[in-house]
Amino acid sequence: MGETGRQLRSKDIVGIKDLSREEIELILDTAVGFKDVLRRDIKKVPTLRGKTVVNLFFEPSTRTRTSFELAAKRLSTDVINFSVSASSVVKGESLIDTATAIQALGADVVIIRHSSSGVPHLLADHLNASVINAGDGINEHPTQALLDAFTIMERFGGISGLSIAIVGDILHSRVAKSNIYCLRTLGADVRLIGPPTLIPEGLFDPDIEVFHSMEEGLGDVDVVMMLRIQMERQDTGFFPTTDEYFRLWGLTRERLALARPDAVVMHPGPMNRGIEIVSDVADSPQSVILDQVTNGIAVRMAVLYLLSGARSGG
Amino acid sequence: MQGEGSFYVMTKELLDSTDMERTITRMAHEILEKNRGVEGLCLVGIQRGGVHLSKRLAERIKSIEGRDVPVGMLDIALYRDDLNIRKEYPAVRKTDIPFEITGKVVVLVDDVLFTGRSIRAAMDALMDIGRPARIELAVLIDRGHRELPVRADFVGKSVPTSVGETVNVEFSEEAGVDRVVLTGK
Repeated sequence: MGETGRQLRSKDIVGIKDLSREEIELILDTAVGFKDVLRRDIKKVPTLRGKTVVNLFFEPSTRTRTSFELAAKRLSTDVINFSVSASSVVKGESLIDTATAIQALGADVVIIRHSSSGVPHLLADHLNASVINAGDGINEHPTQALLDAFTIMERFGGISGLSIAIVGDILHSRVAKSNIYCLRTLGADVRLIGPPTLIPEGLFDPDIEVFHSMEEGLGDVDVVMMLRIQMERQDTGFFPTTDEYFRLWGLTRERLALARPDAVVMHPGPMNRGIEIVSDVADSPQSVILDQVTNGIAVRMAVLYLLSGARSGG
Repeated sequence: MQGEGSFYVMTKELLDSTDMERTITRMAHEILEKNRGVEGLCLVGIQRGGVHLSKRLAERIKSIEGRDVPVGMLDIALYRDDLNIRKEYPAVRKTDIPFEITGKVVVLVDDVLFTGRSIRAAMDALMDIGRPARIELAVLIDRGHRELPVRADFVGKSVPTSVGETVNVEFSEEAGVDRVVLTGK
């Protein structure tokens, strides 16, 4: 036995940008094994017993934090949630002091979500513990992209060659950015659809097609990945009204029909029904939105497992 | 024989493909004899070495009894007792047991029985999946050197080995040939 050879190179996951295709595939392959655990009556394995995982969330999040918490618990780790609004940071403690104190308490893994891009990278440099980026500003949200890729793989058997449309506020979306890196690394053909105000010029490769019309952009795609519209963007002038947003870029039955007949609909959640997507489509058999939630736990278990392996490998 | 400086590596074929076929046939008969048929029986092959063997045993049982036995596969990476001391974590492979094991007689199948730690891990995994009425163990090769109180119910061949040696069971589905090879000093 001892047939391994496949490892993550770094003790941290701060961005999809830093992962090779082999590493992404390793995470997705490993997640298959963990998804089986989630189907059992006893949804627990003893694998990381005795390890400590800390959720350090500076931005509110119920679903991502809960997903990480469940993933960690299913692996038998001890989980601590730091709700930072109420803590030492308010008293003026620096971020690094907070993180090193958490490490001194015995944390093996720190999962961090912060409104400033680059925070996970800073922590990764200062901690021996593994750092997982759960969302940093408008930069990346790597585990979201990994679970999205896993969900697409599950449906289609592969990703290379698929046509994938990402729709909405690309500019402010760390989910979009991580997905673009991930899907392109895996060989998919990615296109972006949304208002000109919300799709940045020159940020991505020129061969990523940009459309400002759903009717033009959705033709023959295999995957329609909807992004969440944040209401604050309406107030700051990125789009006039939610009615107009829906009229031009909302995913309706008619627009979905432009995609391939077996196309799937994705959304990272939580959805704004009636603004970026209609209920009819969100609840249809083509929607894999709930699969994304389940797969999120399996993928996060895989990440926790592989990072433990990377740390022990010296 | 290959030489690496003064270090000789010898390989010896313990079983050829005909030997393996006869041994597997005998094991299938023994499983049926002890369990008085296939009622309530299922086979679970331990990844990776036990997977092909479990399918062969099921085929052999089918040709003897004329009845199907459910076959599953079990990965034990998540239950190993040595994760904290290994340099690398083992690959997590597929577990697929598409049937109920509670109340059944589960015959765990592995290619080589050595320290017994894999079997301990497999039993813990099975207990998290269901509550078998009984667990029995079938191995093609028992090479000795148990570190835990584990014993096999059905053994293809007992081979005395030293700890530094390796026993490899090859199946034609993967290696192109059926055979068992002993490698070492």
